[in-house]
Amino acid sequence: MSVPSGPRIITSRFDVADGHTYAGYVRTGGYVSLRKAVSSMTPQQVHDEVKAAEIQGRGGAGFPAGTKWGFLPAGVHPRYLVINGDESEPGTYKDRLLMERDPHQLIEGIVIACYALNASQAFLYVRGEMAHAQERLAQALNEAYASNMVGKNICGSDFSVDITLTWGAGAYIVGEETALIESLEGERGMPRLKPPFFPAVKGLYMQPTIVNNVETLANVPYIVGQGGGDFKSIGAPTSTGMRMFAVSGHVNKPGVFEVPNGVTTFRMLFEAPEYCGGIRNGGSIKAFIPGGASAMWFFPEHLDMALDKPTVDKAGSMLGSGAIVAMDQTTDMVAACWRIVRFFARESCGKCTPCREGTTWLERVLKRMLDGHGRPEDIDLLFEVSESISPGIAWPPRQTTICPLGPSAVSPIASAVRRFRHEFEHYIEHGRPIDGVESPFATHLASHA
Amino acid sequence: MTDTAAPKTTVSLTVDGRSVEATPGDLLITACERSGSFVPHFCYHPRMSPVGMCRQCIVEVEGPRGKSLVVSCMTPVADGQVVSTTSEPAKRAQEGVLELLLANHPLDCPVCDKGGECPLQDQAFSHGPGESRYVEEKRHYEKPIPISDLVFLDRERCILCDRCTRFAGEVAGDPLISFTSRGNNTQVMTFPDEPFSSYFSGNTVQICPVGALTSSAYRFKARPWDLEQVESTCTTCSVGCRTVVQSSRDELVRYQGVDVESVNWGWLCDRGRFNFESVNSRNRVHSPLMRKDGTLVETTWSTALDAAGRILRTVLNDKGPDAVSIIGGARGTNEDAFAWAQLADSLGVTARDAQLGDGLPAEVFALPQATIAEACASPTVILLAPDLKEELPVLYLRLRDAAEKRTTRIIEVSPRATGLSRYAWKSVRHDPGDQPRVVSELLSDRDVVDQLSRGNVTVVMGRGNLAESPEFTLLATGAVLAAVPTARVLPVVRRGNVRGAVTAGMTPQRPDADTNAILSSIAAGKVECLVLVGADPLSDVPDADLVRRAFASVKHVIAVDTFVTESVRHAEVVLPASAYGEKVGTTTNCEGRVSDVAQKITTAGTARPDWMIAAELALELGVDLGISSYPELRDTMTSSIAAFAPAADAKAVRGEGVLMAQSAPIRITATPRSAAPRLTHQFRLHVSRVMYDRAVATNESPSLAPLAREAAVHMNSGDAQRLGVRDGASVRLSSNGSAVVLPLAIDDAVARGVVSVPFNQHGSDIRQLIRHDVAVTDVVVEVI
Repeated sequence: MSVPSGPRIITSRFDVADGHTYAGYVRTGGYVSLRKAVSSMTPQQVHDEVKAAEIQGRGGAGFPAGTKWGFLPAGVHPRYLVINGDESEPGTYKDRLLMERDPHQLIEGIVIACYALNASQAFLYVRGEMAHAQERLAQALNEAYASNMVGKNICGSDFSVDITLTWGAGAYIVGEETALIESLEGERGMPRLKPPFFPAVKGLYMQPTIVNNVETLANVPYIVGQGGGDFKSIGAPTSTGMRMFAVSGHVNKPGVFEVPNGVTTFRMLFEAPEYCGGIRNGGSIKAFIPGGASAMWFFPEHLDMALDKPTVDKAGSMLGSGAIVAMDQTTDMVAACWRIVRFFARESCGKCTPCREGTTWLERVLKRMLDGHGRPEDIDLLFEVSESISPGIAWPPRQTTICPLGPSAVSPIASAVRRFRHEFEHYIEHGRPIDGVESPFATHLASHA
Repeated sequence: MTDTAAPKTTVSLTVDGRSVEATPGDLLITACERSGSFVPHFCYHPRMSPVGMCRQCIVEVEGPRGKSLVVSCMTPVADGQVVSTTSEPAKRAQEGVLELLLANHPLDCPVCDKGGECPLQDQAFSHGPGESRYVEEKRHYEKPIPISDLVFLDRERCILCDRCTRFAGEVAGDPLISFTSRGNNTQVMTFPDEPFSSYFSGNTVQICPVGALTSSAYRFKARPWDLEQVESTCTTCSVGCRTVVQSSRDELVRYQGVDVESVNWGWLCDRGRFNFESVNSRNRVHSPLMRKDGTLVETTWSTALDAAGRILRTVLNDKGPDAVSIIGGARGTNEDAFAWAQLADSLGVTARDAQLGDGLPAEVFALPQATIAEACASPTVILLAPDLKEELPVLYLRLRDAAEKRTTRIIEVSPRATGLSRYAWKSVRHDPGDQPRVVSELLSDRDVVDQLSRGNVTVVMGRGNLAESPEFTLLATGAVLAAVPTARVLPVVRRGNVRGAVTAGMTPQRPDADTNAILSSIAAGKVECLVLVGADPLSDVPDADLVRRAFASVKHVIAVDTFVTESVRHAEVVLPASAYGEKVGTTTNCEGRVSDVAQKITTAGTARPDWMIAAELALELGVDLGISSYPELRDTMTSSIAAFAPAADAKAVRGEGVLMAQSAPIRITATPRSAAPRLTHQFRLHVSRVMYDRAVATNESPSLAPLAREAAVHMNSGDAQRLGVRDGASVRLSSNGSAVVLPLAIDDAVARGVVSVPFNQHGSDIRQLIRHDVAVTDVVVEVI
């Protein structure tokens, strides 16, 4: 299978043994873009390059970063850049690698972004469990300060910026940008309401704030170095540049791959020897999650779809944060559905009613089915409760909740029940999965039979 | 065509087919409710910032981008919005949220205090799906757990609406409760080892939309459908909060705050909320008492009135009217005070005072006046007052709110930090007696001058220190009024109806006839008969030595009271008075707002309202005051006292009440002066009240009585270090030839060089060191 090729932009130092050090970074071309920006470009020119690159945010929503930067109200200071490194969705682990393997690239991206935004303070919020990434970032930041890449009068210019590192305390919801801002302020990580709290207008400490994903900013040095036009020429016109996807599940070689955006297909990722090298045990795909646990599931008929934002959106799901989970033909769909719903129920912050009560209810109903106590009316009940969280159970989801966490628990149920209703019915009728699928719960029950 | 350049002051929208006008910035939920469409809700409360957490108030809005479901408590109104509160999608969403709220709710309504007046119960019926499909096991917690001395929390009933926690942080400024845990295990909780000891905790019980928070005073006392209620005004302090007085089986069981814009916004302090218990106390005086062989024994009204009349007649005949004095009137209604003033007038008694040497000269009410609302709307408030959080708690809430909204800057000048200090723009400490100088200095500070030029200036002035002459605060106020001629004054006297009683005539009618002068005259043998009308000088007059000497030498005491207090014990005749909730009338708050107090229950025993006792006593003395009924009394009062004229209409004193008429304001002409500086080895004494003390209404309320603390000497840590004394050690304070021994409490709220002792607490009585004729009290502190 031949796959489209492209330059390695943000993973270029993954194979350099000392790529995470200042010396290794500078030796491999690091901090050139920053020098270029502060010495020969105006902030507006930097912003224009990012706009020209048409890079979509890599955090999940896929909103064009250059456009987002333009939302800051003119003349309101202080303003902040917040970097969301609280990557916590099941199957998502690209930002962690970027922070561990190439921390200086991220720092350079942050400083350039601050230059473009006229911000003098950035907050880098890293997930609490990522100890290695935290160490690497702290070391790198110290080196960057010592080398005058961060701090006062960067590279001899009159531009100064400070970066503050903050570690999370282990809450998935803090990946939601307004909850992250609350957490940064020292409050419980619970989302704010939009409106009125659009971060670009009323963000951190009620000041204008841009929240960007780690991968988005890691691309900025390349965009400034090579030009936005160069970046845009890679990938598809509707999904520019290279993009990282984290593939996990029933594939032979799970991992993170930087692929040309918008032109690579799911099948290529799963089957090409450069990437995952096929489904385990020579099996076949039964379903897969195209973009994180909150996405609607895809099925074999979607395998040849390109990893292109508008295409995937139109097909009723999303690329999200680039977490792809493959499920082969042996997967117990009821159990898979329950595992994902359980994640969201446990990670609900508890602020609003539908998510707090609804996700837990869904989880309990599914668990009851797995335990062999499902009732015929439970399938309808799952949809009814889902309807109370996400009216219409449509894509993109509508929500009665404050943030999208609640509707996230609805996607796996809607996907699994609609496609594999017979598996749920089988559980309800027989208290065990259909033949041919593996389920830890069924094994457990069988031993008691 | 209208001029499009003019800013639009209203927007029009359609709610359920009716068109509604609203002000830009209004929330959709208020516009809907104004239009007559009730939107179910739990977390939304009009006096707190919206949080959109319960998600119950979802409505459907048609905008430029089609129809969408929005949370009406977080969505501002917009021109042309078409809103449906009852469309199928809106109803489906509302029912869905209610089913989810009920999923883990225990539905123990039959044993829940809230059942019958429960927003969750009511809205489950009106907007719920009718039945639950939840068959999983519900959440379980230990229930209920006390989170303070007054409040219990049942976490199973809690729907996590954030009302109590928001109130604690946002309104009261006591963020002592918060959410803990996450997701389905989220619960409201105090911090470890820190109870929810807020002075305002009762409000959380009132605003809880379920039965999760209950008060120790009301738990299991009544069912809502057995309650009778009437709107009234709290007279515990001079803020005059509007309340609802509720009774069951002719016994008071609960007070609830009523939201009036001009005063309390629905809030009450715990002292005012829970001291109804004292009305029900078994220790109330139920029938007249007369001294017989040294003890007070029950008697009949005719015997008691006859005896009281005989005493008064004898003294008046033998020594003339100056041998009779009357202290009191501030605990009753305006009409009570008026009747007693009429009686005094008819007898020629001029020595009468509603204040107990612990208030302010009556002329403060004649200074240019500001209302509470005007004070809170002033860009600058100068605080020359006691700790409002302790003494006028709901005024503290209002001023705190104004400061937090950044519309008001508070300049505080006090000998110790107060509840408002952390919200003050400037908070300056001073030695007692030095306030005029410190204020004059501040008035020439450039920042302050700038600030004072930004609009209205209100001086909130009161008796901040009972061990200091009130003259200094008066002079300091005069300094502000001289520097800012447009400044106005909000006098904050503590006792409920001081202002009404003074206006009604219970104030000295000649110089040197205030309470201190009366007591001095008694001690000098010039006054032989003292009439106490709801007054307890032995507990309340700061100069303990004076009042003790007076009571040791007084010949006759006639007391009208609800309890046998320290002072009443000395009476020959005790006439039982009706308490709050047992009589009708009007009261006047610190800003001069007259509002009604209502009768809810039958009076205890044969007790009578103060005014009736005055009228009866007058008849006994051969005087007809012309009062035979309450309406007659009120008509006489409002027609003969110009200030009360606006209260003539019975409707005017309901709800918001009505401001009394003001005559032309007087000016303070005295030149500011300060007391002599203290000697370096001495401390200057600050004595002030705290919320829970040995006041009779607190002491006789079982819920509140345990909250009164032991007295202690509060001293700055720097001074304590200098003296080498540790926290808790016993120290001797001596001054004016007297000494008291009290434990030391290290407290950096107190300025250096000052020691602060709370008034009327358990333990040694600090009043022994206070002399009414000594301007400031300097004390020597010795470690023992």
